[in-house]
Amino acid sequence: MSELTKLTLAAARDALKKKEISAVELTGAYLAEMAAGTALNTYVTVTAEKSMEMAKASDARLAKGAGGALEGLPLGIKDLFCTKDVLTTASSHILDGFRPPYESTVTANLWRDGAVMLGKLNNDEFAMGSSNETSFYGPVVNPWRRKGDATRLVPGGSSGGSSAAVAAKLCLAATATDTGGSIRQPAAFTGTVGIKPTYGRCSRWGIVAFASSLDQAGPITRDVRDAAIMLTSMAGHDEKDTTSVDRPVPDYEAALGQGVKGLRVGIPKEYRVDGMPAEIDALWSRGIEWLKAAGAEIKEVSLPHTKYALPTYYIVAPAECSSNLARYDGVRYGLRVEGRDITDMYEKTRAAGFGAEVRRRVLMGTYVLSAGYYDAYYLKAQKVRTLIARDFAAAFADVDVLLTPTAPSAAFGIGEKTDDPLSMYLNDVFTVPVNLAGLPGISVPAGLSSDGLPLGLQLIGRTFDEETLLRAAYAVEQAADFKAAPEAWWKA
Amino acid sequence: MMTDFESTMRKREPREEDLIRGATGDWEIILGLEVHAQVTSEAKLFSASSTKFGAEQNTQVSFVDAAMPGMLPVINRYCVEQAVRTGLGLKAQINLRSVFDRKNYFYPDLPQGYQISQFKHPIVGEGEVVLDMPDARTVIVGIERLHLEQDAGKSLHDQHPAMSFVDLNRSGVALMEIVSKPDMRSAEEARAYVTKLRTILRYLGTCDGNMEEGSLRADVNVSVRKVGAPLGTRCEIKNVNSIRFIGQAIEYEARRQIDILEDGGKIDQETRLFDPKTGETRPMRSKEEAHDYRYFPDPDLLPLVLRQAEVDAIRASLPELPDEKKARLISAYGLSAYDATVLVSDGARADFFEAVAKGRDAKLAANWVTGDFFAALNREGHSIEQSPVTAKQLGELLDLISDGTISGRIAKQIFDSMYKTGRDPSKIVEDEGLRQVTDFGAIEAAIDAVIAANPDKVEQTKVKPQLAGWFVGQVMKSTSGKANPQVVNEILARKLGLSSDG
Repeated sequence: MSELTKLTLAAARDALKKKEISAVELTGAYLAEMAAGTALNTYVTVTAEKSMEMAKASDARLAKGAGGALEGLPLGIKDLFCTKDVLTTASSHILDGFRPPYESTVTANLWRDGAVMLGKLNNDEFAMGSSNETSFYGPVVNPWRRKGDATRLVPGGSSGGSSAAVAAKLCLAATATDTGGSIRQPAAFTGTVGIKPTYGRCSRWGIVAFASSLDQAGPITRDVRDAAIMLTSMAGHDEKDTTSVDRPVPDYEAALGQGVKGLRVGIPKEYRVDGMPAEIDALWSRGIEWLKAAGAEIKEVSLPHTKYALPTYYIVAPAECSSNLARYDGVRYGLRVEGRDITDMYEKTRAAGFGAEVRRRVLMGTYVLSAGYYDAYYLKAQKVRTLIARDFAAAFADVDVLLTPTAPSAAFGIGEKTDDPLSMYLNDVFTVPVNLAGLPGISVPAGLSSDGLPLGLQLIGRTFDEETLLRAAYAVEQAADFKAAPEAWWKA
Repeated sequence: MMTDFESTMRKREPREEDLIRGATGDWEIILGLEVHAQVTSEAKLFSASSTKFGAEQNTQVSFVDAAMPGMLPVINRYCVEQAVRTGLGLKAQINLRSVFDRKNYFYPDLPQGYQISQFKHPIVGEGEVVLDMPDARTVIVGIERLHLEQDAGKSLHDQHPAMSFVDLNRSGVALMEIVSKPDMRSAEEARAYVTKLRTILRYLGTCDGNMEEGSLRADVNVSVRKVGAPLGTRCEIKNVNSIRFIGQAIEYEARRQIDILEDGGKIDQETRLFDPKTGETRPMRSKEEAHDYRYFPDPDLLPLVLRQAEVDAIRASLPELPDEKKARLISAYGLSAYDATVLVSDGARADFFEAVAKGRDAKLAANWVTGDFFAALNREGHSIEQSPVTAKQLGELLDLISDGTISGRIAKQIFDSMYKTGRDPSKIVEDEGLRQVTDFGAIEAAIDAVIAANPDKVEQTKVKPQLAGWFVGQVMKSTSGKANPQVVNEILARKLGLSSDG
């Protein structure tokens, strides 16, 4: 592995500023790693030519002592973000050949700050999945393997391309999106850091929509500092997204290292679910001890409606997706399969264009919104969603952050859960409530399972209090001192 | 959209004239209208694209209007203001919190696969419209609600032998759907309702009311019942785009329903279309085929919240509306209710009248404006704005009559000339020598000439004084109408030995 790609985002940034390395060198090193790492199937599109052009422009700015906060730093972009003139598919067949004539606000913010695009990262089709196996472009492979076992594992999902690429050092950092855990669960599965900010912190404009009331962009990075740096650039109010919130973006990096002395950390008792592996439970206990040792105050809190979060999510998210995906009809862009008449064309196009999981969710969503079912499902789910948000609000009256496991297990094998959607959905049991309540959450690598796979701890913060969240995450990171890395078997 | 109205509809005694005679008895028609009015706004409801009519196909389409992936709607606050303004003009409840919902269905000219509309929480609640019927009755029609929604694009089926094209220029244009209660009982009332609603919208400047360009269209709900019976099953006639067609569609549809019921059949609740060529309605889709629109709150948009102060500011800026203007014209100018109704039917007409009437004899002004002036406009197919005669010029003409410079008869002749040439009346009077003759000597001479030439008539008049009118006519004729008729009368009476007030 190239020495250059070993640098974290913060370290590379500093080295570029000091002109110890150039953006062209750094970008070249990543493009080489990406070429050697195709077995992981992380990128669906590589923009090598554009990458080098952007790197050259960054070097020119750096040479003048100018440049933004991310000047010359090569990033991978989840294929859910629309990138101007660059193929954007959401890893779905139905968006075949779609090159948006516009750039998403979040990626535009990154380019504004000088970042370099390496390419578009694989994900679950339309971000629907927890294992990156629903992509039209095939599953992403986790760079991590169980000890002495060559079984191919999933990188988590839906941002599996992002998590795997960061873990395998095929980019410095990646953008991702999180609707029910799609940033945090893949981060936990790959030993990376993933933060989903407060709903409304990042603009959704130009991000292919899955479930509008839950979708939120965030970064997947190698460490907490890199996450803070990325989020500072990605976040901000956008007049084009009326659900984005107009409040200043703090310098998140500056929040790190302030310690957690006196910080009140809540432990939600309902998160001790039946059947949770002992090693996850043990990891959680270690996390509690680390924070206690760093001077935090630990309190048990109750989130009584936790058990309703998953069913609520699987009503709200499919309902919104069934409507959001109606625009993929073969009329204006993407795939079109000709038919006898317009209805036949719709049916053939959507049958061919959408994979099984997307079809399942469109059907579920259509069902729960139908006349006669709306009150029993969608309306009830909205009420429960309010109760879940109230649970959190009540807990945050007593504590500053919450600590939980990120996922109920370590990464599993490709194909292991594809026939059992319900067990797949259970992956999101700890992350989904955070989306329903619109809160910020972060996953930090905290240890290895008995068979050598990374495990993550999740911290949950108050609305728009990413600073406290990052501060606590940084403390966990320091205490965990997670240094393990996957062997680069994919280069063999 | 369909609402259960039975409980909220206004109680009305059926009028004999409105009933339809059937073989089995008299039938009452129950009518409710849903009017789609395009909001007057430069930009669309959720995008900055232009709304100008008649542009080249697909040239007024933003990424939002075309529903490109990742695009998000942003509410146009001006359209919201327009809806509030309209609500206030309909004396309606303004809801400070309303919610945009998605109405889901597939159609090629509906790029999002859903229409953003307002379902459970509209921006405007109950209000009313007062109809002034030609027989001087007033009918109050309740407004159920008004909500904002997006228009769809347009499918073009006549551009290619095997394909349909789609024009998205209209996609996303703001519409107000104004739903009445089923308070109308005849085609005449339905026509009067749309006419009045259009007048109010035009006064407010919230919709241009141009039915030819599709700015105003109506869905007409028609049902019939025997007098005193519960409401019958209704059919909805979609998208009727002229006031005349609304009347025709109702008359046809009511008769169709009565014929079915009298033959022992039953009415299927369905959506129908009116065909102007045949004057008939035909089924579009039945209740079974009706869409399940799966309404739910649009998660891309926060609830629409208005401050009372904003509503108050809009209220303070409202223009005088037709009903108030009518009342004022009656009280300030002593007009008849009929003249006032005719004048306020078009704000520009009322303004024209007021400009003419100001400082003048209001009755004379009303007669001229609603009489010769409107007749000329109608004959030439001119709007007020296109009139070659200005209010100032017509006022001058009235002044010339009042100060005796010209007679009323000459005034009509001058008016025709003004309308043809746009010249000032005083100029026409001078150029054509139309000044009224009040010179006693000249008139006396003319009278003497007529008397001298008609001694037999003089004798007859002594027996039958009414024949004096014949002499007046002859004198006017010999003076080309320029003689002051009052002076002619006075001198004639003296010469013929009649009392002048006879």
